[in-house]
Amino acid sequence: MPPEAVTEHWGSEDARKQAAYLGMWVFIATEVLLFAGLFTAYGVYRSVYPEAFRAAQLTMEVGLGTLNTFLLVSSSILVALAVHAVRGNRPGLGGALLLAAALLGIVFLGVKGVEYSHHVREGGLPGDAYRFAEVPRVGASLFFTLYYLLTGLHALHVTVGVSVLTVLGVRSASGAFGPSYATPVELGGMYWHLVDVIWLFVYPILYLS
Amino acid sequence: MSPPAAESYLSDGRTLWSWLTTHDHKRIGVMFLVLTLFFFLVGGLFALALRIELLTPGRTIMGHLAYNRMFTLHGVTMVWLFMIPAIPSAFGNFLVPLMIGARDVAFPRLNLASVYLYVLGASVTLWGMFEGGADTGWTFYTPYSTTTGTAVLPVLVGVFIIGFSTIVTGLNFIATVHTLRAPGLTWMKLPLFVWAIYGTSIIQVLATPVLGMVLLLVALERVVGAGIFDPARGGDPLLFQHLFWFYSHPAVYIMVLPSMGVISEAVCAFSRKNAFSYRMIVYSTLGIAFVGFFTWGHHMFASGQSIFGSGAFGAMSMLVAIFTAIKIFSWLGTLYRGSIAIESPLIYTLGFMFFLFFGGMIGVAYSTTSLNLHWHDTYSVVAHFHFIMVGATVMAFLGALHYWFPKMFGRCFPAKLANSAAVLIIFGFITTFVPQFLLGNMGMPRRYADYPPHFQSLHVASTAGASLLAFGFLIIAAYLAWSLKYGAVAGDNPWGSDGFEWRSASPPPTHNFHVTPEYPTGPHEYAREEVPHAA
Amino acid sequence: MNELLRRLFFLPEQGSTFAVKVDHLHYFLLLTTLAVAVGIGTVGIVFLVRYHRRTASDATPRVVAPTWMEGLFIGVPLSLFLLWFVLGFQQFVWVMSPPQDALDVYVTGKQWMWKFTYPGGPSAIDTLVVPAGRPVRLLITSRDVIHSFYVPDFRMKRDAVPSRYTDLWFEAPKPGRHLVLCAEYCGLDHSQMRAEVVVLSPADFESWRDAQRRNLPVAALPGANTPETMAVRGERIATAQGCLQCHTVTGAPHIGPTWLGLYGRKEPLEGGGAVLADEAYLTESMMDPLAKVVAGYAPVMPGYHGRLSAEDSGALVEFIKSLRPLRPGVTAAEEPVYVPTGR
Repeated sequence: MPPEAVTEHWGSEDARKQAAYLGMWVFIATEVLLFAGLFTAYGVYRSVYPEAFRAAQLTMEVGLGTLNTFLLVSSSILVALAVHAVRGNRPGLGGALLLAAALLGIVFLGVKGVEYSHHVREGGLPGDAYRFAEVPRVGASLFFTLYYLLTGLHALHVTVGVSVLTVLGVRSASGAFGPSYATPVELGGMYWHLVDVIWLFVYPILYLS
Repeated sequence: MSPPAAESYLSDGRTLWSWLTTHDHKRIGVMFLVLTLFFFLVGGLFALALRIELLTPGRTIMGHLAYNRMFTLHGVTMVWLFMIPAIPSAFGNFLVPLMIGARDVAFPRLNLASVYLYVLGASVTLWGMFEGGADTGWTFYTPYSTTTGTAVLPVLVGVFIIGFSTIVTGLNFIATVHTLRAPGLTWMKLPLFVWAIYGTSIIQVLATPVLGMVLLLVALERVVGAGIFDPARGGDPLLFQHLFWFYSHPAVYIMVLPSMGVISEAVCAFSRKNAFSYRMIVYSTLGIAFVGFFTWGHHMFASGQSIFGSGAFGAMSMLVAIFTAIKIFSWLGTLYRGSIAIESPLIYTLGFMFFLFFGGMIGVAYSTTSLNLHWHDTYSVVAHFHFIMVGATVMAFLGALHYWFPKMFGRCFPAKLANSAAVLIIFGFITTFVPQFLLGNMGMPRRYADYPPHFQSLHVASTAGASLLAFGFLIIAAYLAWSLKYGAVAGDNPWGSDGFEWRSASPPPTHNFHVTPEYPTGPHEYAREEVPHAA
Repeated sequence: MNELLRRLFFLPEQGSTFAVKVDHLHYFLLLTTLAVAVGIGTVGIVFLVRYHRRTASDATPRVVAPTWMEGLFIGVPLSLFLLWFVLGFQQFVWVMSPPQDALDVYVTGKQWMWKFTYPGGPSAIDTLVVPAGRPVRLLITSRDVIHSFYVPDFRMKRDAVPSRYTDLWFEAPKPGRHLVLCAEYCGLDHSQMRAEVVVLSPADFESWRDAQRRNLPVAALPGANTPETMAVRGERIATAQGCLQCHTVTGAPHIGPTWLGLYGRKEPLEGGGAVLADEAYLTESMMDPLAKVVAGYAPVMPGYHGRLSAEDSGALVEFIKSLRPLRPGVTAAEEPVYVPTGR
């Protein structure tokens, strides 16, 4: 779209930015409600089967979960620094930080994969496939179903986030953004923070407590 | 007849490709109008088949399985493929930017994507219909939906995809109304239709993701035996109902709020009056959008929900009725001392008010909790939501279609014929659904392929009414199709309306306005001197 | 008046004490609705005639609702709605709280039939016989999908949900017959899942029940009024843990073997051999049900290890021990104690 058409559509560059932010916030709200359904199911079944959930929780690998939390929080910080760098007219540094954050995201997915493979070996699978001998089936199979749904859906978001960060990082490194045009980096950053915050709820209810 | 305006959004590129790749909100609105009308026809044919089957107890034209599939497809088509997108996606897309003096919606490409998501979702659902169709009812209650052998999966996936289309549309409208209002058009000057669409959008973006998740869980239950809602695996089927109605009760307001917006516009335009209480209509719109999220448990009074829970949900539901009562009062007040033109949109408006009142009062009766125990899941409920969905929303949809037809296509339709068709539709509606309400009183449960013989006479009456309705719709389809090509040229503002959308040409040019309009007052300010109150 | 309005609104016969109560609210509400509808219609028509557009350029004044009028139009419906809500909710609480002295009947929905079981026998398909003038409490559950037990004449329904019990009570004032329908869509023959409530005079009911029981081995169920014995407690646990979803106490085999007369019996095992159903075997079957499966049954029972305490499993064994077939002619002492599960 040529620049004059843009101003005609938007009235001003400010309105355009505002719309982009508002749209992102609304999108974040829908994401939160998407996960809310699963969190509700978790809360309900945890109150119905407290012992089974406790027993299943004890089989989680807290070390790997904590490592993943550390990875995601660090990458979130990197993204925040990247946004700061781009706003401060250092798109090259911003791009490097974004790519580093994406890399941490990939490591996160790798660790998640290792965890999944352990569960598969032990038989901690969702629903009908559940054959984990250590913990009784009723209740614990629901825990594992919810575990896979929560972490799987989250991993899907991480995957999308990693792709977004990679594209943004490459474009930023090639100088596409700067103080006058940082919106895509800011929006991508908001999305990555959302992914991080959701994990900060998923982690304690699945691994800790 | 000569073509209407020389340059309009309709003449800006005449190839099919120019339509399929358009970012123009008006063309997207028209595409949604065509698509939703098609599915209205499909759902209507299902309804007619159901009514014919119910003419006699026992088998009339189809067996139980066919009937069960048919009412499911009727519900799924009407709710997700017609009702939810009908007014917001078709008329909302066409009108909201025009009403707020914008060139387009905030995210035109996303807007086009919502059409394709809708088409994709609808195709998957249609494919499910050809696969034999689901037989679960549009509510997909577990554990039946997770155990039945019919093609539930494609229908679930189709509805899941349509949900994204809804979310995108809602997100777009919220951003549009916030950021693209013309200079000087403040919130309290916004047309009431825009407020209605805004309230609807909030519900769409907040409730639809929950539906998406719950459908996903049912699908997983069928595919891998996830066990979340399956009592045999430790799950709780009532959790499904809670999550489902958390979406689907607000979804009722997705269907009815926009129609209230249409009526607010039509009442003002056809009585040449400002809204009697603009403020109260706005607040009640937002009130319904908010309170609608806390009423879902009134679908579950008979399910074994706690007594206190039922009481709380019942009381919350009463609040929605209050908000609706305020609107009816305000519309009636708008007619007072107006200059009322008896045109087809106004006839639909009057029908709308009456049916909304009746349907709403039955809803109040349900909220008393004790009456609900008799009426729940009977034909009374069928009549109640058809009063709201057909009596209110379809009336408003037809009203909108007639009111804005000249705006959209630049042509008039035969007014006398339209008035007669409107009256016929209203009579057809009464004959169809009042007997159903009485059937509910008698205790006829819903979703019955077969029934004890003492219910028959009222079923026959209802079927007779349904054929009247079908006949009315045929007449409307015929004269509107004829008018598209041969109707008199409408001129820019055939109704003499002060609604903001009429400030652009009819049909509007691609860019909507050649000069950005100014907004010294709100919409529909026909009189310039103030009369303080109704003395 | 009551009869006239009932027929006017097409309501069926009033077959229970609740029906009479709730119908009065029904009339109040519908008559008010009709009156207001007439009011709205009149106002609308008057406006339409009085303010009909006469010339193309009629001038109209700007009229805005005064605040007091807005308040009035919120306040009046609100107070009316609240009044209805208070009246209705009182009735709702009343009808959701079964009286203590009610006769209990277990109701099981199954695609597409209703089964009624009286504690201490007998049980029947599709016909529920109850005494007139005495509260009857139905304890409703389902074997497969959700059903809803609906008696239009009683103005009442309750969902039958698998894996949990819901309850519904009614009192039919006089003998008669009432249609039972399924109100929650449950598949192919949903519309034919019908049954009948037959209300007998108390004397007829007693003789009917005695006659029925004489033909059946009857479960001797512990007294409801004595202090909680191990067996009573076991029964409570059996209900709470869902054991009775699969094991009957009536002698009929279901998903699992019946508990009636199970204790002390020699059971043939799947894969050959037999086992004496003593305390050890019963306890083992709770904790590790798949170890020794009785011939003819699918190995589907979940293990209760970790879900039942030692005391609970002991109580369950005691309960099973108490379920012995009696000599014909001896009736059960009392109805069982019902404890609602998982709300």
